[in-house]
Amino acid sequence: MSLEPQELDELKSKIGRNPTSTELQIVAAEWSEHCSYKSSKRHLKMLPMKGPLVITEKGYDSGVLDVGGGYVVTAHIESHNHPSAVEPYGGAATGVGGVIRDILSAGTRPIAIFDGLRFGDIEKDQHARWLFKNAVTGIADYGNCLGIPTIGGEVEFDQCYENYALVDVAAVGFGKKENLIKNRAKKGDVVVLMGGSTGRDGIGGSQFASDSLESEDRSAVQIPDPFIEKLIIEAILEARNQRLIHALKDLGGGGLSCAISETADALGVGIEMDVSKVHTRESDMHPDEIMVSESQERMLIVTNKAKLKKLQDICKKFRIGCSVIGTVKSDNQMHVKKGQKTFANLPTDVVANATLLDLPSKKPAYLKEIEKEKKLRPISNYSKTLLKLLGSPNIASKIWVYGQYDHEVGIRTVIKPGRDASVLRLDNGKFLSAKIDGNPKQCYLNPREGAIGCFEEACRNVVCTGARPIGMLDHLQFGNPKDPEIFWTFLESLRGLTDFAKYFKIPCIGGKVSLYNETPSGPIKPTPLIGVLGLVDTKPLVPQRITDGDCIILVGKTKDELGGSEYFEYIHKFVGGRCPAVDFQSSRKNMKSVLDSIKGDLLKSAHDCSKGGLAVAVSELCMTNHIGCTIPLEKVPGEKLDADRILFSESHSRYLLVCEKKNIQKVKKILEKNKTVFRQIGQFSGDSIMFEKGKKPIINLRVDKAQKTWVNSLRDLVLHG
Amino acid sequence: MKVGVVVFPGSNCDRDMYHVLKDVFKLDTKYYWHEKPLPRNIDAVILPGGFSYGDRLRAGVIAAHSPIIRDVQKMADKGIPILGVCNGFQILVESGLLPGVLLKNESLNFMCEWTNLVVENNSTPFSNQFEIGQKIPIPIANGEGRYYVDDNTLKKLKKNNQIVFRYDKVVNGSSYRIAGVCNEDGNVVGMMPHPERAAEPEINPADSKPSTLIFESLLTKMGASN
Repeated sequence: MSLEPQELDELKSKIGRNPTSTELQIVAAEWSEHCSYKSSKRHLKMLPMKGPLVITEKGYDSGVLDVGGGYVVTAHIESHNHPSAVEPYGGAATGVGGVIRDILSAGTRPIAIFDGLRFGDIEKDQHARWLFKNAVTGIADYGNCLGIPTIGGEVEFDQCYENYALVDVAAVGFGKKENLIKNRAKKGDVVVLMGGSTGRDGIGGSQFASDSLESEDRSAVQIPDPFIEKLIIEAILEARNQRLIHALKDLGGGGLSCAISETADALGVGIEMDVSKVHTRESDMHPDEIMVSESQERMLIVTNKAKLKKLQDICKKFRIGCSVIGTVKSDNQMHVKKGQKTFANLPTDVVANATLLDLPSKKPAYLKEIEKEKKLRPISNYSKTLLKLLGSPNIASKIWVYGQYDHEVGIRTVIKPGRDASVLRLDNGKFLSAKIDGNPKQCYLNPREGAIGCFEEACRNVVCTGARPIGMLDHLQFGNPKDPEIFWTFLESLRGLTDFAKYFKIPCIGGKVSLYNETPSGPIKPTPLIGVLGLVDTKPLVPQRITDGDCIILVGKTKDELGGSEYFEYIHKFVGGRCPAVDFQSSRKNMKSVLDSIKGDLLKSAHDCSKGGLAVAVSELCMTNHIGCTIPLEKVPGEKLDADRILFSESHSRYLLVCEKKNIQKVKKILEKNKTVFRQIGQFSGDSIMFEKGKKPIINLRVDKAQKTWVNSLRDLVLHG
Repeated sequence: MKVGVVVFPGSNCDRDMYHVLKDVFKLDTKYYWHEKPLPRNIDAVILPGGFSYGDRLRAGVIAAHSPIIRDVQKMADKGIPILGVCNGFQILVESGLLPGVLLKNESLNFMCEWTNLVVENNSTPFSNQFEIGQKIPIPIANGEGRYYVDDNTLKKLKKNNQIVFRYDKVVNGSSYRIAGVCNEDGNVVGMMPHPERAAEPEINPADSKPSTLIFESLLTKMGASN
């Protein structure tokens, strides 16, 4: 955990002398990949970040969207992969804590949490099971204690995460626009460190996260305390209401080094601080340790002397630590002292702005042959195949996970977890819909199309609730960027996301890059995770109970795109084939058609087709409504394909719409008007999931049997192996 | 009619409860920080859910020693209606205002799900608008929600009509599937499920009417005593 030789030379030439040991620690933390984004920053600029609803302020750690009526929504996404791979409970819990403080930093109350979890093959790997179980408990214990509902997410298992974990947490905040904290500081203002004490946990955490995970460095993992975080939230919001906060910053990666240098740099001021004023957990901590400790539940506040007393009174009420550690100067220096002795004195722009890299990239050799398909073993009984897929860890119901998360607290959750996207009611009479999606299997085969697919899938889910997408969060997770082949996959994903975002005018309001995700057997598959926020102006589509005679329409073409599908990978153990690609024009038409049908109040339910394809999507509707359905495969719009391809292709831009018989003509009219490819493919009735080919059933599966497998298999796997 | 919502460090359903009392049922509702006294003229007190003191030691046990609990005790003695929900129930039990204890759920997990309650006692200030046996769709969200009493106490609870709500099936391993109880006088009620999460149709996937009756019961009681 130190600077590279050329970085040390650069630092020396910039400051014109040898750095002190404290300065080295500060700069090493701040110039780490985790804090500086040195490998990715110059490329991230390609993403569109502006839009009519986007509000930007200097120094914000979260994106802000104006949702009307004087209200804003904030959002951010973070990961805690390295810590969670070593200590899943604490790693996942502090992951929640960190992203919540980013939301709080803008002066908004956190109102929802989303988690995206990825582990190795839990059917075979005991260790993956242990990581999964403890990461879920970590998130549950932290989020539940805070009283912030965890309302959505996804869980995926893939061998590429063996002995590793991806724990991604997104959070959403809500507040009045007038209460947003407009970060500012002027000479003579005081700098306050509020919250938990600074200890020896998480020392060097950001460097730890910026390297391949080789040794299990437990002291680099932070210790969670959700109770203190809850007190901080209430104290900050009380201080916000009394207008006591001039600038606010969360302490995350890089600890005080990062918070002080970035705040000073963003606000164009200097900060002089005294480490002996910091409330510490242990009495003999060295200034170096204090500056880079990543102890959790801490916030940096800039206020003025007149307001300080009131701020201290609030901290006293909540019994949380509150130390005046420094003052604002006009010299643009970050000056760290202990008593009278100087330990570091650096220009803030040097600390906060690492030199950006322009890493080489090269198309990976493996991609040349990857689209070629091997001959698949013939399948004699598709009912069994479908049942196996429904019970597979990636497709089975995640109720074992979200049942442990308080998803009701805050009394906003209109559409609960387990559906397409979750929906929250807002105080301005509108509704916020949100979803996160990733698909490393597809991204591995085609980083560009795979990433676009994740983006479109998240949009589809939000659209199914009647919401139009208004903002996107991207979380780009890759292996070692110094490997040109890996860096190429990063750039391709980013370009794909940029193209989609520009075409659909969905601004990227925040994101995160996590590199060096390497396991003992190699890099992870490219894993971009996309979060989409949608807004419903009047009424969301809350899925209604499907009953006998209701019609089912399939919107969108089913194509020969099974690369990365659960059918290929889980059933045939085959990695390869053609990755589904999104056709932007059809994607737009289909989204519009679904939104128009929902606006016309014509649908009982809308559901997207994704993992497991049409067969699984239809089954999900049947299982959640305890009703059967018969679908002749000839009716499925698209190319003429073999039965298994129609059933399990994971082509994008497809939706299942359910409506009462009396509305079918009206729905058809809307779809025709938008020139959408669609067809009514069947009706709900009976108690079996049936797919027919040439009037003969090729799948005939009882709904109750399917439902039992789908609901219980993940829990059984975790509890009983 | 004045209702107080007590706020402990770590309470997190206080704002939800406040919203329902104030905005849905139009009651004169105020928050009371746990170190402040309760005014004498208050008509009902609600202890909301959450994780007071982060559930350290045992859920509710530290909050049970908060200064405001002495006032709650006095109000209870005077017969003023007091409702503890979830962590509020745990605090009432830990402070000795209600019998029994709340243990970890049989699954050993935190459980957030919709359950059905059955009304057993319709004479408390929070259940007087129900029929006996009426069902209430309502969510639970707790890790330590398994109500436990020994056999003798259970007999006593039955005899005194202190069992207010039961689950319609086994949810978490509670004794006699108990979800809510009251004190001997019937004015102090504790329940694990969250009525404030079920009283508005927008967020209740089943039927919000039964949960509103918990609050209507309080309104009726106050109307009768005025």
